[in-house]
Amino acid sequence: MNSDTFRFSKSIKNLNSLLLILPMVLLFIGIYGGLMQTMFRAGIIQSDPFVGGDYYKGLTFHGVLNAIVFTTFFAVALGNALIPYSLKKHLNSKIAWTSGIMMLVGSVMAAVVILLGEATVLYTFYPPLKAHPLFYIGLTLLVVGSWLASYNWVPMYLQWRKENVGKKTPLAVVGMMTTFIIWFIATLAVAAEILFMLLPWSMGLVDEVNVMLARTLFWFFGHPLVYFWLLPAYVMYYSFMPKIAGGKLYSDMAGRLVFMMFIVFSIPVGTHHQYMDPAIGAEWKLLHGIFTFGVALPSLITAFTLAASLEYAGKKRGGKGLFGWMRKLPYFEKEKWFFAYLILGLFIFIFGGIGGIINASYQMNTAVHNTAWVPGHFHLTVAGPVLLAFLGGSLYLIGQFMHKEIRCKGWALISPYVYTVGLFIMSYGLKIGGLKGMPRRTNTGASYANPDSILYQQDWIFYIDLSVIGGVLMFIGIIMYLVSFFGTVFSKSSSTEEGAVITFPISEPYHDEPAKWLRNFKPYIIIAIILIVLSYTPVILDVLEATYGGSLPYSPNSPVPLR
Amino acid sequence: MDKSEKIAFTLSGMLLILFFGGIVYAAIVEDIDVPTCITNMEPFESDTLFQTGPDSYELQMVARMWSFQPSVVTLPVGSTVDLYVTSQDIIHGFKIERKNVNLMAVPGAINYMRVTFNEPGEYLFACHEFCGAAHHTMAGRIIIEPEMTEGP
Repeated sequence: MNSDTFRFSKSIKNLNSLLLILPMVLLFIGIYGGLMQTMFRAGIIQSDPFVGGDYYKGLTFHGVLNAIVFTTFFAVALGNALIPYSLKKHLNSKIAWTSGIMMLVGSVMAAVVILLGEATVLYTFYPPLKAHPLFYIGLTLLVVGSWLASYNWVPMYLQWRKENVGKKTPLAVVGMMTTFIIWFIATLAVAAEILFMLLPWSMGLVDEVNVMLARTLFWFFGHPLVYFWLLPAYVMYYSFMPKIAGGKLYSDMAGRLVFMMFIVFSIPVGTHHQYMDPAIGAEWKLLHGIFTFGVALPSLITAFTLAASLEYAGKKRGGKGLFGWMRKLPYFEKEKWFFAYLILGLFIFIFGGIGGIINASYQMNTAVHNTAWVPGHFHLTVAGPVLLAFLGGSLYLIGQFMHKEIRCKGWALISPYVYTVGLFIMSYGLKIGGLKGMPRRTNTGASYANPDSILYQQDWIFYIDLSVIGGVLMFIGIIMYLVSFFGTVFSKSSSTEEGAVITFPISEPYHDEPAKWLRNFKPYIIIAIILIVLSYTPVILDVLEATYGGSLPYSPNSPVPLR
Repeated sequence: MDKSEKIAFTLSGMLLILFFGGIVYAAIVEDIDVPTCITNMEPFESDTLFQTGPDSYELQMVARMWSFQPSVVTLPVGSTVDLYVTSQDIIHGFKIERKNVNLMAVPGAINYMRVTFNEPGEYLFACHEFCGAAHHTMAGRIIIEPEMTEGP
């Protein structure tokens, strides 16, 4: 066995396959929900033709299944694959299975109560809208299961460090550990929100809840969640993409610096989602805005480093001149289908990143907050680079773990292109509609887009229709992908191996500096904690001082409280 | 770290500082700000509109499932309004089209923004936070009437 491969046990092989296949089924349900959303908004349908229920139920399972369930599973599966592979150490399979089962049970539980219409609270589950307690318990199991998966990696990492004094930790491991350090700190707040506030309140043990406090705790989690989505994609960009393109990673140090900067700046920024909220001082909102600019920096560095890596690859493949290398990259090579998922995601992220900086820009948020601009923006991040990288990664991993040749490679290659075209059309429609005042999370088909309604807004209609066209194309793109994914899953394996021998396209660095100051997480975690305390203490104090009374629980169907 | 990398890092930092300059400019020169924490306002449960000066008004608005109270506000052109918004039940959102007013209406808290209407016309405000089954019907209008000649 050479150093480019690692043999996983049969038990871990089965677990990781399960962690990839089941969320793909849930993702399909979620994406179906997404397609229906565009139809509801345009007034084409008034109730869901297959699963029943209204726009808001569909919006809830679209958000929860795609943005929370699918992403968490993939991050865990990628870590379960990359960390043992890079460190050449075995996972503790008991812990890994316990974590996997908790996540599976939790996700299915949450999905079932949503589909039964008992948790139409959207994926932000703001109180005082109340969901069935099983919704909160399901989400908790999913999060705790993912914690457990990462606890499994810590002793492996520490052991490796002990055995390899003076060596650099593989960049992919640094990236995965960073992802889960941020995830752990951020989810502490939402765990507190759920376990101490929402769950006892939804079960009737506590009467009232402080809505602003719950909301603030949610956003403590809600923005770092974005980096929990993004960072596994960054790991694949830094580790895989240069190698697949036929080049090297331009700077190893830049990669390490970027991950450490994410640890420092990912969390003390959540209040930029609450610029328009009461009970939080504007000066603290500005402070969170400044830190948000800090967290934009590693993404700008990433844009440079990855472009430089691709330029190196393109020139090696014969590209000439300032831009000639761009034409030499393997955009349409069937055997390098994975490259398309990564490069398209990066291209989309140019627009996603600009949109993010606009949203974070303090007063400018007034023009866009909670308008359709916002889903237009975040589909260019979480449903752009993140989704495409995760889909490409899932297909690659399933081929590796099940030891199967990828089926329908042509479909797999074209899928991200179809999807990307659809995504740009849909997001353009949502963003411009939003600038015209169209609200997000709103079933416009039943009012603003209905010519018979007194609320009819004629100048929104074109943009609403654009999002239908885009949505249909996105859906077709995903179906093409699923043909390839499930075609691969259900094909016959040529292997008679007990376990699975895995390999990853890990890039070599072009510039490789010792960067001793970037080798230890500890100082960066300490700085992060200091920034969190500084930025959140005044926010929480403001909220506690300026709010009055508590809130009884409500159902989305009645203006009368539930008790 | 090689030269081009250093240039890229510096330019990235400068770009962000430039954007930050834009925020400072908007705050100081254009006087546009985001809502802040207010503690000097008594909680209110019903809506009120009253005049506080020749061209200034105070409007206390209540959002509830699924309407704003008041849902239609008529004011003369040139009015400056001190706008207070709260919710009686769950979270709602309030944005006046073509104006720098975008406020979350949260139960147990009061949100505030001052706004001046210099252009006559109709301004739609639509609830923009999911507030239950009829959320998409929750909207209202501010009607700014043109200068009227004083009648007898």
